[in-house]
Amino acid sequence: MTSTPNSYRTGPDERGHFGQFGGRYVAETLMPLVLDLDRHYRAAKADPAFQAEFDDLLEHYVGRPSPLYFAPRLTEELGGAQIWFKRDELNHTGAHKINNCVGQILLAMRMGKTRIIAETGAGQHGVATATVCARFGLPCVIFMGATDVARQQPNVFRMKLLGAEVVPVTAGAATLKDAMNEALRDWVANVHDTFYIIGTVAGPHPYPELVRDFQSVIGREAREQMLSRTGRLPDLLVAAIGGGSNAIGLFHPFLDDADVKMLGVEAAGHGLDKLHAASLAGGRPGILHGNKTYLLQDDDGQILEGHSISAGLDYPGIGPEHSWLKEIGRVDYTSVTDVEALAAFQLLCRTEGIIPALEPAHAIAAVQKVAPTMDKDTIVLANLCGRGDKDIFSVAEHLGVKL
Amino acid sequence: MTRLSAAFAKPHPALVCFVTAGDGDTAAILDALVSGGADVIELGMPFTDPMADGPAIQAANLRSLGRGITTADIFEYAAGFRQRHPDVPLVLMGYANPMTIRGPEWFADQCAKAGVDGVICVDIPPEEDDALGPNLREHGIAPIRLATPTSDAARLPAILDGSAGFLYYVSVAGITGLQQAAQASIDEAVTRIKAATDLPVAVGFGVRTPEQAAAIARVADGVVVGSAIVELVAEHGGEAPEMVREYVATLAEAVHSAR
Repeated sequence: MTSTPNSYRTGPDERGHFGQFGGRYVAETLMPLVLDLDRHYRAAKADPAFQAEFDDLLEHYVGRPSPLYFAPRLTEELGGAQIWFKRDELNHTGAHKINNCVGQILLAMRMGKTRIIAETGAGQHGVATATVCARFGLPCVIFMGATDVARQQPNVFRMKLLGAEVVPVTAGAATLKDAMNEALRDWVANVHDTFYIIGTVAGPHPYPELVRDFQSVIGREAREQMLSRTGRLPDLLVAAIGGGSNAIGLFHPFLDDADVKMLGVEAAGHGLDKLHAASLAGGRPGILHGNKTYLLQDDDGQILEGHSISAGLDYPGIGPEHSWLKEIGRVDYTSVTDVEALAAFQLLCRTEGIIPALEPAHAIAAVQKVAPTMDKDTIVLANLCGRGDKDIFSVAEHLGVKL
Repeated sequence: MTRLSAAFAKPHPALVCFVTAGDGDTAAILDALVSGGADVIELGMPFTDPMADGPAIQAANLRSLGRGITTADIFEYAAGFRQRHPDVPLVLMGYANPMTIRGPEWFADQCAKAGVDGVICVDIPPEEDDALGPNLREHGIAPIRLATPTSDAARLPAILDGSAGFLYYVSVAGITGLQQAAQASIDEAVTRIKAATDLPVAVGFGVRTPEQAAAIARVADGVVVGSAIVELVAEHGGEAPEMVREYVATLAEAVHSAR
């Protein structure tokens, strides 16, 4: 990789570090595999046939490019900047997660792996992984916290329909981080034939880089679409952050556009002084799941449970590249509460006829705060990274509606 | 000669015993390991996310943390042990985050003050040695590395470079306490590793019976037993130290007379 001075897009370094973040903090058993994955990924990245197959699947299987949509009634309602959405909720399986899964399963097959494992929280990454496994005929085991299995039954059923085995994880608090621990345990014991499809821009190098690269299709498309539709770049990009894959996918192609500001939105849950999942706002740097990054943790480095109304944001860490982008000040990060996200969810339903997932509802809530303070000739582009079908039951419950 | 090298210089193979700090009466259990005949003690630092551990040690970690055990408590156990057993080597084993959260310098300094001889950090591979290794070496604490069935000949030199105390050969690609490796594969691996280093080689993961331990001790410099001890602690409450002592004595007899 060549290093361009003053570019924010050249990272990570060859050891997988973004500044002090990232790296390869894994058990020795996994190190040879992680190094092997890195070699194969370098080769795949340089192979036009790999890129062509990836692009072809994104176009004809996933349904890309996703539309870039100007939201007129929301813009009018908020009375400031023009609001545009990147419609990744229209992808096959209903979220951006599939972009990454297509890339990783192609990589898995290139490496000759014959069994796929993945972790999932809300079930979106599990469904996307099960989908590509069905498409390519590979056996698939999804690790999911028992708590999440109970509260995300529709997605559990989807994964099973797609032929995946769903393993409920009862260790720890039985949520996403425990599912990731269990997936790592399975991987250590099955390194010879198993590929681990990590769902976000976290984990040991090269995962944060390769997931970012596969998700960057979002930002590349959006940049071209915005230029061709408006002749200019947006003033502000906004995206929700759990691990941060949809956000980095949107942001990365714009990082060297100095006039484009960016805002990542973490989940403030019940509030930053109560239970939340805002690793940047409420955590500090530490080491978990193969990388160094901001983590919710206590003074002794014990990991704390995250909380968010959105199961997809409910993770005590964040991708290491976000930690770096925060530290160097290229991207601003904020957080919104469950209550604010729920209000934004309903606002988008009413104003634009789009039911968003609770994850992008956090981004919309941030837009709701910032757009009114901006001039009418400015442009805000938010990533609508998932649709809300999966969330209608929990939203109904929060609104006190019995279905 | 350090306490660790002295333990491996004895005329017989070494028995290395692991227990999770803060699970049960730690001081009494540590004393039981010594009186049962353990030559090296590994004290596990509990972590909320022990991703290299099987069910037994996971549960021990959660029991310990559930009682509110802190890093300060663990160094107190270590310092107390050092006072009671001036010559028995003590190694801390755990995960990177609790070890580095206050900075590697702080951790290495605490280890030195408490009389800790070595540190095994499961998720700091040689590639990330900077995160802790230099500080440990500066304080005379041995960074003890792991080699596994996936550590091939090309990788072994990187693992050995900067290792001290002993090399811990993880005999199965997997997590603690579940499968046991075929003896033939252990023999082959230990022979291969010993040809590459003068460090003592101790073998662990899945070792439970005196027979297994003896078979390993015939080729290796040490045998590590962990989950089986942790399970006794979980089952026997107040009686655990005596049960542990009896069990460790059967292992020690087998290991010490293996060759």
